[in-house]
Amino acid sequence: MSAIAARARVGRARIGELTLARGLLLALVAAAALFVASELLSSFADLELAEGLYFFCVLAGLTVLTGLSGQISLGHGALMAVGAYGAALLIGEQHWALVPALAAATAITAVVGLLLGAAATRLRGPYLAGATLAFAVGLPALADKYSSTFGGENGLVVNPPNPPSGLGSSLPLERWEAWIAGAGAVIVLFTLHNLVRSGYGRAMRAVRDDEIAASLCGLRVARVQTLAFVVSAACAGLAGGLLTVVLQLASPGAFQLSLSLSLLTAIVLGGLGSLVGAAWGAAVLVLLPSWTRDIANSFSLSTKVSSNMPLAIYGLVLVVAMLAWPSGIQGGVRAGGARLRALVRSRRGG
Amino acid sequence: MGEEEGGDPGALFEARALTVRFGGITALEDVSVSIAAGEVLGVIGPNGAGKTTLFNVMCGFTRPHSGTMAWEGRTLTHMRAHRLAGMGIARTLQGVGLFGELTVLENVVAGAERFRRTGLVSAVLGLPRADRDERQLRERALAALAELGCEDVAGRHPTTLPFPIQKRVALARALVAEPRLLLLDEPAGGLGADDLGDLTERIRALRGTTAVMLVEHRMDLVMSVCDRIVVLDFGSVIAEGPPAAIGRDPRVLEAYLGQEPGSGDSRGASAPGETQGASAPGGAAA
Ligand SMILES: Nc1ncnc2c1ncn2[C@@H]1O[C@H](COP(=O)(O)OP(=O)(O)O)[C@@H](O)[C@H]1O
Ligand SMILES: [Mg+2]
Repeated sequence: MSAIAARARVGRARIGELTLARGLLLALVAAAALFVASELLSSFADLELAEGLYFFCVLAGLTVLTGLSGQISLGHGALMAVGAYGAALLIGEQHWALVPALAAATAITAVVGLLLGAAATRLRGPYLAGATLAFAVGLPALADKYSSTFGGENGLVVNPPNPPSGLGSSLPLERWEAWIAGAGAVIVLFTLHNLVRSGYGRAMRAVRDDEIAASLCGLRVARVQTLAFVVSAACAGLAGGLLTVVLQLASPGAFQLSLSLSLLTAIVLGGLGSLVGAAWGAAVLVLLPSWTRDIANSFSLSTKVSSNMPLAIYGLVLVVAMLAWPSGIQGGVRAGGARLRALVRSRRGG
Repeated sequence: MGEEEGGDPGALFEARALTVRFGGITALEDVSVSIAAGEVLGVIGPNGAGKTTLFNVMCGFTRPHSGTMAWEGRTLTHMRAHRLAGMGIARTLQGVGLFGELTVLENVVAGAERFRRTGLVSAVLGLPRADRDERQLRERALAALAELGCEDVAGRHPTTLPFPIQKRVALARALVAEPRLLLLDEPAGGLGADDLGDLTERIRALRGTTAVMLVEHRMDLVMSVCDRIVVLDFGSVIAEGPPAAIGRDPRVLEAYLGQEPGSGDSRGASAPGETQGASAPGGAAA
């Protein structure tokens, strides 16, 4: 292709190339799909949907951090805890309204992320993993230490969110919760979609690939890395706040190290660096445990075996999935789509 | 140090009495180098002479033990890598140093970062002004790629391309920043005769507008494009002058003894990690 043609292609922007138009369309489609789904689903499934949606928030942020900026974090479960307890204190004790409380929980966690991120820029690979791991292990202990504030083992309970009366009295609580979580997820989707497409997304990938070359391009490596941490911490904080609202509880048991580990597993399984992959990961986090439990129960085994079966099946599914789709579920979907298109084209051609 | 007037007033860039030590090794010893606007300056010397170290000090990757630098007559005790592009200094890395997971176009757009006008808020909100800004950078990048005859690989990933093309893309990424000083660290490493001829033309075309500091082992290239040559050996400047004089200088010939001056350096394909100065065997200064 000639240079002139190449230039003409970028010279004028078509609507589809406008980031804002794409982002809004994406948000609109996602919101509509979530609305329809929430209307069709049972109350129990709506609750699962709400859980999946707050998981999407944290996973989307984490996949930007790890997939784009190349930093690993084993501390995102703890960052969720910051948002969850923040929201619980603001809603339960200070009687803040939902939206400002969630916004504040997000902001507080972003600040924690800033501190963590600033420390992280000095660390690489295993050292970074270790530091964030220490954060993940250490933070829940605070809930115990200051049990008068954080409620110790039992955590903090908040009242269920009240649907506005204008929506009618028949609106199930779970559906309302799914809508709240859905609003959060759509905001995260819109924001991160724009960010990933922007020069900042490219800067993160450049820094991930080669820090020296990136700095010679004029990028401030430490700043770019810290920015990724702050953004992903904000997403984790919002996710934590939504968790409090959906479950009406913020307790240390929900934010063990295993949460941080399964978040990392989920973004890898979904497809690292991809927002759609984060959605796959969220679905896996919510659905896989209950599926494996059902499968285990259907075997009518002794309790000793059956109580370990879910874990065994969970592990098995992970191993098989990673073997089948080395670049995650979204990678598999993309490859499948490409194969399908090639097939259609060859049919047409022949 | 307050000696703004100390050195060469007409110099675009000046290094004054730089000394760098790594443990017991003195990589640079009292090295003073200056380059005028639009000049092509060759920096040659056997492996381990300190050429890459000189670039690393100029880019702020290595702190000198003593000495200062001056850019446009203003003294700087140390450089900051991320400031260089904005100041008008670009550098290519020994090897290629491209971003492997970015497309060729994205690589070059990254090099145009200094022309970005919009900030984080516009990016997160996806505002049209951020898009316009991106388009502006992309057009600069495509023009730079076209200039080097690489526009047809804009959508490819660098690792899928032949080595000489990768080196061209790396050059495009440096040139897209429209530098006034370009530091080239072994740009001919791993290139065949055709590509070498092309590179020669390219550097000649820059003469007069962009100052070039060229570290290179290929003497044919150095001799044919440089206005002036500085010879480093064991971290010290042992000779300086026009190519013809350097080619006859006995000290230079001696420094190169056992290391054929005309021989190409086969380390061209080595990893970008080389930029930190890890040296090839056989040339370690004591
Ligand atoms: N980061 C470093 N740590 C220790 N020694 C180094 C480092 N960088 C360079 N050196 C040493 O400094 C000397 C000059 O190296 P270098 O500047 O890479 O030489 P050249 O680029 O001329 O081949 C060599 O002896 C090398 O071993
Ligand atoms: Mg070198």
